[in-house]
Amino acid sequence: MSDILRAEHLVRVLPGPVPTTLIGDTTLGFAPASFSVITGPSGSGKSSLLYLLGLLDVPTSGEVFVDGRATSRLDDAARTRLRLAAFGFVFQFHFLLPEFSVLDNVMLPMRQLGRVPRIAMRARALALLEQLDMADQAHKKPDALSGGQRQRTAVARALANDPPVVLADEPTGSLDTKNAAAVFAVLAGLANDGRTVIAVTHDEGLAATAQRRIHLVDGRVVQDGRVVQDGRVVQDGRVVQGGRQG
Amino acid sequence: MMLALSIAAAHLRSRRRQTLVSVLGVALGVGVFIAVTGLMSGFQSFFRRQMIETNPHVTITDEIRHPALQPLAILHPDGAVAVSRILPRDPVRGIANAGEMLAALSAMPGVAVAPGLRGQMLLRRAGRDYAVSAVGIDPVREARVTGLAKDIKQGSLEALGARSDGVVVGKGLADKMGATLGDTLSVATTAGGESALRIVGIFRTGLEQQDFGTVYVALGRQQSMQGRPRVINELHIRLADIGRSIEIAALAEGRWGYKAAPWEETFARVLEVFVLQNVIIYGSTGAILLVAGFGIFNIISTVVSEKARDIAIMRSIGMPRGSVVATFIIEGIAVGVMGVAAGWLLGWLGATVMETLPAPGADDPSMTLSVLQTPFSYGLAAGIALLSAVAAAWIPARKAARTDPLVIIRGAT
Repeated sequence: MSDILRAEHLVRVLPGPVPTTLIGDTTLGFAPASFSVITGPSGSGKSSLLYLLGLLDVPTSGEVFVDGRATSRLDDAARTRLRLAAFGFVFQFHFLLPEFSVLDNVMLPMRQLGRVPRIAMRARALALLEQLDMADQAHKKPDALSGGQRQRTAVARALANDPPVVLADEPTGSLDTKNAAAVFAVLAGLANDGRTVIAVTHDEGLAATAQRRIHLVDGRVVQDGRVVQDGRVVQDGRVVQGGRQG
Repeated sequence: MMLALSIAAAHLRSRRRQTLVSVLGVALGVGVFIAVTGLMSGFQSFFRRQMIETNPHVTITDEIRHPALQPLAILHPDGAVAVSRILPRDPVRGIANAGEMLAALSAMPGVAVAPGLRGQMLLRRAGRDYAVSAVGIDPVREARVTGLAKDIKQGSLEALGARSDGVVVGKGLADKMGATLGDTLSVATTAGGESALRIVGIFRTGLEQQDFGTVYVALGRQQSMQGRPRVINELHIRLADIGRSIEIAALAEGRWGYKAAPWEETFARVLEVFVLQNVIIYGSTGAILLVAGFGIFNIISTVVSEKARDIAIMRSIGMPRGSVVATFIIEGIAVGVMGVAAGWLLGWLGATVMETLPAPGADDPSMTLSVLQTPFSYGLAAGIALLSAVAAAWIPARKAARTDPLVIIRGAT
């Protein structure tokens, strides 16, 4: 298997007086140049799964392989390093640093990684903003931007270190329909460029634009199929999810 | 590291007022520390200088610290024998071989020595008695071993040599007696008999014990008044190198057996007070610096809780824990360094202003407070301030680094 990201028998239980199972025995693989969405009702564990895949959380049992490397035994510092180089994150809230300009925010991950000289970082950040139609806003502070612009800045930041995997957690949750569609189009474009894109969403319409749809209920995968035209999901040759609803 | 630095700078820039207050807190602490410790060490070094200048560096007296072993103790070296209150056989006490000692000590390089006879005296003036310690001196030789001649405000020390009934008294005592130069005092000693002395000199050392309690007369006169002809019970030694006082004292005591006290021993009480004074002043001004650390703790704690989201996103993007800690430690150090720089200026200004103020209690208005500013006090203030700054930043920084980014991201609304 040439999966860039792979989860095997992933289990995450929140300890406590009454242990809560967030994710129960999940095995998934993600190929390069693919756009997958994870859907499910509230509390189904969509985000928890994403955090586990993105090494933000540690599984109770099971294993996440990044490019074939097991990660559950890595310490915090090693996981942090891997996140920096291999993953780009987009969250529901943009989480841009308010004291820094758009350009500086995009440069942050590159400066943390420190692999290229400052001039090259700047050029790459500007190129990314250009791609996302944000070049004019490069020197503004985040609080001078619209919601869509902020989220696009966050996408640019996620791409800063040219990561093979981009993870998005409800990236359109705080955007209007038009901006949401634009952001999803950007994510789809990233997959076409060869990246592995995984997005969590509860928007059926947007989910239909992806290549693959994983549906979670109560922390377990109940459907995992290819999205064909009209948004129908095909699993093992059967249509398991109807077309565009409503 | 550069990233941590620029984030730290952005945090401080975006809350200028709070930063300024914290910087001021450190600056005040450092400034007060430098000014107050400077004032204190200025006073102490003035006092110490006066003690060393106006008194012999080593004083040999006719006392013996360890009396010779008594026959009973020699007979029973392992017995439980305690012999106390051993009295000398010779009723006329004094340094027996003073002449030989004087010659031997004078022959040593860098050593000047003068003989003296100390005895109690009652001065009577206007119906009141003043008990003083009188020292019989050879004015010419004494001038070589103490700075007393320099402290004479009226008259002179040499006048003691010119007239045998002269006495040199301290300014404090003279004022108390209402006496001045040329006045006659009637004097009684334990040897009996009364005589009259004329004030030929008034000195002022600034040391109260000396200005109020010690008078100087000619050696010959003192010997006759005390009824101890040709007796000497003190040798005053001055050294070219003050640092050798303990060594020379030990040498003299070992050689002749008489008690030789270096100035450190003579003024042990005063020096002990200095130590206590140092503890109090350094303790209290150092505490101000620690309190300034609380200001830093405050600002950085605020930043940490306000910036929880920023920290979470930086951590999830891939900023290591160490960099998060570094960011906030840098903020603490930055506030500390700015505070130290401002505090140095403040301390220097304070010290400079204080140096122009007249010294309290000085009768000469041109005498001003002496403030000692040393690289040590500047360095110590900076060291304590920076140390407390780092410690104050460390606690919230660690909390920031321990924050689980997931908790913040999940809870974001």
